[in-house]
Amino acid sequence: MMNLSGPAIAVRDLRVSRGGTEVLHGLTFEVPRGQVTGLLGPSGCGKTTLIRAIVGVQIVASGEVTVLGEPAGSPALRRKIGYSTQSAAIYRDLTVLENLRYFAAVLGAAKGDAERVIEEVGLTGARKQLGGALSGGQLSRASLAVALLGSPELLVLDEPTVGLDPVLRQDLWRLFQSLAERGVTLIVSSHVMDEAARCHRLIMLRDGEILADDSPEGLREHAGTTDLEEAFLRLIEEKAERVR
Amino acid sequence: MNLAITLATAGRILAQLRHDRRTLALLVGVPSVLMILLRYVIDDPAAFNRLGPTLLGIFPFVVMFMVTSITTQRERATGTLERLMAGPLGKFDLLLGYAIAFGVVAAAQVTVVLALSLTWLGLDLAGSVWTLVLVAVLDSLLGMALGLFFSAFARTEFQAVQFMPAVVLPQSLLCGLIVPRDTMATWLEWLSDVMPLSYAVEAMQETARTGDFTGVLTRDVLVVGGCTVLSLVLGAATLRRRTP
Ligand SMILES: Nc1ncnc2c1ncn2[C@@H]1O[C@H](COP(=O)(O)OP(=O)(O)OP(=O)(O)O)[C@@H](O)[C@H]1O
Ligand SMILES: [Mg+2]
Repeated sequence: MMNLSGPAIAVRDLRVSRGGTEVLHGLTFEVPRGQVTGLLGPSGCGKTTLIRAIVGVQIVASGEVTVLGEPAGSPALRRKIGYSTQSAAIYRDLTVLENLRYFAAVLGAAKGDAERVIEEVGLTGARKQLGGALSGGQLSRASLAVALLGSPELLVLDEPTVGLDPVLRQDLWRLFQSLAERGVTLIVSSHVMDEAARCHRLIMLRDGEILADDSPEGLREHAGTTDLEEAFLRLIEEKAERVR
Repeated sequence: MNLAITLATAGRILAQLRHDRRTLALLVGVPSVLMILLRYVIDDPAAFNRLGPTLLGIFPFVVMFMVTSITTQRERATGTLERLMAGPLGKFDLLLGYAIAFGVVAAAQVTVVLALSLTWLGLDLAGSVWTLVLVAVLDSLLGMALGLFFSAFARTEFQAVQFMPAVVLPQSLLCGLIVPRDTMATWLEWLSDVMPLSYAVEAMQETARTGDFTGVLTRDVLVVGGCTVLSLVLGAATLRRRTP
């Protein structure tokens, strides 16, 4: 079904400046295929910027971003990536169903695809509601649903579970994991550490630099703690000591 | 270019308007009311015959400029544009989608105002109604394309609204609505000569005055059409896949 050789994403020495200051300082990492990779780090550390660079909508200063074997932003990638922005990119003056039908038409997805993804994010009951009349969590799920349209090989989700209750979050993470089992690569940003434990791999960012790139088990072991939040804090201390 | 995507986009914009009944009512109702006001403020059939067509040239331009600049600004702000630009939609798919949708609205607007003017208000039209509708639609597309172009320079909806008087009022002042163009000071006449609205208005007046498709009318239609295409190309240039 897909070309399985090589990593899904390969980033080399990526530098990005926004508003005149450098916010990503030469990142290098790879994201394996068919796994859920978590992108974690405090607010303002550069998660969204990195995600935008991967999707190919961010102007980058230097470095290379290769996605599914092509340079990020190549026309060939535009149907292969499902992208959900941090704030809900949904037309407020269209119903949920109209929104999804439109984005499905743009992607050339099958007609029933809109209904399928609405069900996957649990919005069937609200499908006739206008985007502007949805609750915060419903709105972000509608936006997530757009990313699921078609059959993307790579899903790039910027904080898809913010503002959702534990039950819904659980459902969505199950969905992410089942997608990964089918061979889809997912990269999911979050700053909630309990979500980190559900990822196959974690990339921890801080101030535009990679603090750790490991599996959750590897991180716990390295920091000598079972708590990922604790592990993250230790990594920060460790780094501070090294600088000193 | 992809016809399916273009048509889906036009359909989406019309659906957005359909949900916004008040805007739709204002789009069609306001020009009609203004025309009625004009007729009774002047209260002189001969003068109304001169000014009526002028106004018919200005309405679609102003309204479409405003509607488009705000709609596109909103697409940028809510992230739907970023989402579309990350996908397979081409810039001209979006632009033509806008052109088709707003062209339909403009045609409806002009049809209503024209029907009202020709019956109740007693506007005397020597030329063909179809020429008038054609010029009005071209004119509205010009407003749309300029609105799209200028919206790229507006960071907020508030700024987008401010571009309306900045772009539209000078053209309205100099297009021959208040003072015939050939009686203005030379430098004003020059300015008026490079403003596309002047030609749209002239075409309307020409159609009202004579039944022949005169050389002046041909030139005017070509100028308005040419400016529309030019603005669409400029508008396309402001749509960027990658942003800072
Ligand atoms: N449009 C912009 N112009 C200038 N600077 C920006 C812009 N967007 C983001 N930045 C800056 O770039 C840095 C990284 O921002 P980014 O949005 O990538 O952070 P983030 O990790 O996604 O944060 P959060 O968790 O709050 O979403 C921040 O310091 C931010 O202030
Ligand atoms: Mg972010």
